[in-house]
Amino acid sequence: MFEATALNARNARIQTLFRLLFGLMTGLLILPVLIILTTLIHEGGSVISYDFLFTSPTDGMTAGGIFPALIGTIWLVAVALIISVPLGVAAAIYLSEYAPENWLTRAINLAIINLAGVPSIVHALFGVGAFVLFLNFGTSILAASLTLAVMTLPVVIVATRESLQAVPLAFREACWNMGATRWQTIRRVVLPNAVSGILTGVILEVSRTTGETAPIMFTGAVFFTPFLPQGVFDQTMAMSLHLFVVSTQVPGVPEQLPYGVALVLIGMVLTMNSLSIAFRMHLRGRKKW
Amino acid sequence: MVTPPSPETRQSKVKLAVEGLTIRYGSESALRDVSLQIYEHEIFGVIGPANSGKTSFLKTINRMDVFNPNMHVEGTILFDGRDVRRWRNVYALRSRIGVVFPLPVGLPLSIYDNVALAPRLRGGQSSADLDVIVERCLTRAALWDEVKDRLDALGSLLSGGQQQRLTIARALSQDPDLLMLDEFSIAVDPVTTMRIEDVLKELRNEITIILVTNLVQQARRLADRTAFFLQGECVEIGATEDLFTGAVQDPRTRDYVEGKFG
Ligand SMILES: Nc1ncnc2c1ncn2[C@@H]1O[C@H](COP(=O)(O)OP(=O)(O)OP(=O)(O)O)[C@@H](O)[C@H]1O
Ligand SMILES: [Mg+2]
Repeated sequence: MFEATALNARNARIQTLFRLLFGLMTGLLILPVLIILTTLIHEGGSVISYDFLFTSPTDGMTAGGIFPALIGTIWLVAVALIISVPLGVAAAIYLSEYAPENWLTRAINLAIINLAGVPSIVHALFGVGAFVLFLNFGTSILAASLTLAVMTLPVVIVATRESLQAVPLAFREACWNMGATRWQTIRRVVLPNAVSGILTGVILEVSRTTGETAPIMFTGAVFFTPFLPQGVFDQTMAMSLHLFVVSTQVPGVPEQLPYGVALVLIGMVLTMNSLSIAFRMHLRGRKKW
Repeated sequence: MVTPPSPETRQSKVKLAVEGLTIRYGSESALRDVSLQIYEHEIFGVIGPANSGKTSFLKTINRMDVFNPNMHVEGTILFDGRDVRRWRNVYALRSRIGVVFPLPVGLPLSIYDNVALAPRLRGGQSSADLDVIVERCLTRAALWDEVKDRLDALGSLLSGGQQQRLTIARALSQDPDLLMLDEFSIAVDPVTTMRIEDVLKELRNEITIILVTNLVQQARRLADRTAFFLQGECVEIGATEDLFTGAVQDPRTRDYVEGKFG
């Protein structure tokens, strides 16, 4: 009774073909990641040790560890997050929940998208002009983190706005009908359901911030300092810049060392990402509607 | 053209006075020059076929029109004698009006929090008070027995009919002066509908109810007076029984009530 017609058979073949094709593409995507990771572990794994992680570089950067750079990157990322997350989330809430639908709002949205496309070296120059010189913060963690924050703000804003808009309008209307103000509605119904999406934006920001070199190298990160930063007005070493330095700027570095630095850098990003992803999955655990 | 209200309602004070209400979406009018009065402690039915402007009418009463820049309202609506468009605090106005629109909305909060939301927004309730309010409202909405053992389950994951009753419970939790029901029984089974209708009859002693319904028999069972809307026009307002016994001013009303169109 249900015999496949020639057309059915053909559709089924096409379906199989496309599934294979898309599967293959996905495989190709993962391949570079795997190659990078295996190379790094293979070449750099032997360098990693307790001393490598927790001592300063010695002998003109050709020996010793990476501790100041590690701590410096944590400082830079943390301060950048403290600045950009509240700012970005607030801006996204305004744009999504309060701003009237008019040309100005559209212009602002367009500007944000374009800001995301500005090359990081341009952000670096902006950071030098605005934070180092004009605001007179000097080359410091504060200036570098502000530069990173400006650079990653669009990511936070766009991700937050999208996750806010994924919350159906009907929920808001139900609250407004009960006499809730916009803010009460946002706080009690919209935000709690947008948190996991907002976290996605923060994850992206963390990864990007950790790896950036250009925006920090003129604004707060230095080649070498044996001291750990004591506050936001200090200069600091950073992992990304340190990797650049040991791979290209100083002679006589053992071949394995840069791989080790890169491995730790990647490890930091991956650890933070998986922590955030685990947290996000925990929040998203059950389907809400 | 308004038939005199029944003696019982005549003595009541006017809760809602609508005068020359016209609603337009862009240049299309959805309601034209409607004037009517709704008395305190009555159930006021609004019947009419699709597209007749019933939902738009309700939205202007609790000022939901402000969220649609395309929606233009003329005329006056006096709520307790005060023009709803002059209320300085529109949130206070809305909190006194409970609304149930046809699409059920269970908020993505627990069942308990869904019903406790309005009292919490208003503030000043102890958690024991909240427990009482939640139980009372869910019971009145004929939902308590089904959910009393899982009040912390998500309201947004209930079945359609349950969400509709949850919406009703939420509207009641506002402790409103005026309850506006827009096709509240659309997703509710007949037996449960009857239970809610009984509650509405009791509620009449405390509050005023506007009942928009596609089921003319429901209007007949519940409403003291009923208005018939047709394509944006208020064709007739009268004691509900008159509409059904044929004592009508406009033949279109009789045709609609008898099911000849709509
Ligand atoms: N948001 C809106 N934007 C534009 N036009 C609208 C909007 N809402 C309603 N309308 C129009 O207003 C008119 C009346 O709609 P309304 O929803 O008030 O009718 P109704 O009597 O409630 O119908 P139903 O019985 O189907 O619910 C319709 O012509 C409709 O197209
Ligand atoms: Mg309607």
